[in-house]
Amino acid sequence: MAKGTTMKVTASKVKQNNPVAGVVAFVFALLIISPLVYCLLTSFLTEQEIFQLKVIPTSFYVGNYQKALDQAPLFTFILNSVIVSCSCMALQLITGSMAGYAFGCLKFKGQNAIFRIFLATMMIPGNAIIISNYLTVSSWGLLKQPYTLWPLILPYMTSAFCVFNMRQAYKSLPTELAEAAEIDGCNSFQYFIRVAMPLTLPSLGAVGIQTFISVWNQYLWPLLVTNSVECRTVQLGIGMLQNADGQAFGTIMAGTTIVMIPSILVFVIGQKTLVSGLTAGAVKG
Amino acid sequence: MTTNLPQQTVKKKGLTFHDITPYFYILPSLLLFILFVFYPFVKTIILSLSVTDNSGNILNWANPLFSNFATALTDSSMWFAIGVTFKYAIMVVVGSIVMGTVTAILANEAFRGRAFVRAVYAMPMAISSACIAVIATFIFNPTMGILNQILGTNFRWLRDMKLALPSIAMVTVWMNIGMNYLFVIAALQSVDISLYEAGSIEGVNFFQKHWYITLPSISPTLFFLLVINVINSFQAYAQIRLMTDGGPGRYTTTLVFSIYTETFEYMRYASGATLSVILFVILFILTAIQFKAEKKVTY
Repeated sequence: MAKGTTMKVTASKVKQNNPVAGVVAFVFALLIISPLVYCLLTSFLTEQEIFQLKVIPTSFYVGNYQKALDQAPLFTFILNSVIVSCSCMALQLITGSMAGYAFGCLKFKGQNAIFRIFLATMMIPGNAIIISNYLTVSSWGLLKQPYTLWPLILPYMTSAFCVFNMRQAYKSLPTELAEAAEIDGCNSFQYFIRVAMPLTLPSLGAVGIQTFISVWNQYLWPLLVTNSVECRTVQLGIGMLQNADGQAFGTIMAGTTIVMIPSILVFVIGQKTLVSGLTAGAVKG
Repeated sequence: MTTNLPQQTVKKKGLTFHDITPYFYILPSLLLFILFVFYPFVKTIILSLSVTDNSGNILNWANPLFSNFATALTDSSMWFAIGVTFKYAIMVVVGSIVMGTVTAILANEAFRGRAFVRAVYAMPMAISSACIAVIATFIFNPTMGILNQILGTNFRWLRDMKLALPSIAMVTVWMNIGMNYLFVIAALQSVDISLYEAGSIEGVNFFQKHWYITLPSISPTLFFLLVINVINSFQAYAQIRLMTDGGPGRYTTTLVFSIYTETFEYMRYASGATLSVILFVILFILTAIQFKAEKKVTY
C-alpha cells in the first residue's frame, strides 16, 4: 500500500495541472451528487413548499422525519439490515479466507477443478435460481416463523467473489514465509491463522466492505423471504413509505435520507481500503 | 508429496503442509455452493420441465417434457420482455462504461479539489437501488419533480411508453458509475507512461491521447466491465419495481421482472422457472460471445 501511494504522488507531480479537465470533472461531480443533495434538501421542506416547487429549505422543517419514523419502523429495519449485513460479511470473510488460503497457499488433488467449479457459480445469475432458493428456505419452515433473519443470511454465507479475491491475496504472500513457518514448527492451521491471515487484512477490508454494501442493498431476496414487518430490511422499508403515500415526497425523502446514512458512512470510512484492495485484486488478475 | 523435488516446490508458489488436509478449508464454501447455487440450479431446470401447483410443489413431469418452453417461446409477451431487456441492457451497458471511463480519465488528471471529485465519483456504489429509485421517482415526477422544471418540459417520464425505459436506464447508469469508475481508474494507473511520453513527442492532443493510447491500454479492464455490466443489467429489479412496476403497459417489464410476477404473483412456478432457464441461457450465450470476441479485439 505504501508503495502505491508514493507511486501516485510522483505520478501526479509529473503531471501538469489541467484546469480545463478540473472544471469538467467538477461539473460531472455536481451532476452525480445532485440527486442526493436534492433528496436531503427536500426532506427539510414542508408539504406546501414542495407543492410550490421550492428546493432550498427556509425553515428546516423536521416533521418529515417524524412522519417517516411513524409510518415505518425504520430503526428496526436498520437494525435488521445491520445484523444481516454484518453476519454475511463476517461469514463470507471466514469461508472465503479458508477457501482462499487453500487455493492460494496449499496444493492438493483436484485443486484447479474445484477452483473452476467455484468460479462457475459466478456464471449462474442469482435471479435465475431465486425461485428454487425460495422453495428451499420455505421447505425448512423458515418463512412461517414470526421473527427470524436466517433466510436473509443463509444463501449469502459465501461467494465466489470473496473466495477469488482472498485467493489472490494469499497467492501474493511470499513462499519464504510459509517455509520459515514450517521450519519453526507451525502446522498449516497455525500458519493460516497466526501468520497468513493478518497479512491479508487490506483484502479482508476491501472484500468485507464490498460484501456489506451489496447485502445491505439487496431488494428482491428480502422481499420474497420476509413475511412479517418485524424482519424487513431498510430497502423494503423505503418501498413501504412509497406505498403508504406515493405523493408524500417530503416523508419519503426523509426516510430515504435516514436509510442512506449507514451505507454512506461505511463507504466514507472504508473508501481507501475498498479502492486499494479491490483494484489490487483486479490488477494482479 | 514432492519431497524429492524441493526445487520445483519452491518455484511453484505454495507449500505443502502435511498435517491437515486442505479439503477441510474448502468444505464450508463447497457445501454452501452446492446447497444454494448448484442444487437450486438443477432444481430450476427440473421445475421448468414439470407441472407445479400454486405453492411450487412438483406434481408430475410436463407432457411433452418441453411444453413449458414451447408455451414460453410462442408467447408474444415473453418475446416482448426479451426485447425490453435487450434495449435496457444496451442503454445501461453503454452508458455505464462510457460514464465510468470518462469520469476515471477526468479524475486521473491533476487539478485542485481532485480528492472531492474522486470521492463523489465512487459514491453511487454506496447508494442502494431502492434509495436512488425512490429519489428518481420524485425527480421524474411531472408536476413536482425538478427535472421538468429545469428543462421547462412537461413530460410524464415514467408513464410515457417511449420515455419510461430510458428513464430507468439513466438511473441505473447513475448507480453503476461508482463501480465502473473504480475499475477504470485502477487500470489507468498501470498504463505504460512511456506511451504517453511518445505521444506527447508526436504532438497528440488530449482526445487523441486517450483514444489512441489510453483506451487500447485498458481494453482488458473494459472487457471485464462489459461482461459484468451485461450480467448486472439483465438482473435489474428494484429500480423497475419502485419506479414503474413494469408499466406503462409492459413497456418496462424485463425478463427478471416477469420471472417475479409469473412466480410470486400468479403462482406459476414452472413458468417462472422456465423463464429463469431462458435468462440463464441468454446470459451464457452473451458471455460466451463476448469471450470469443475478446480474443480478436483485445490488444
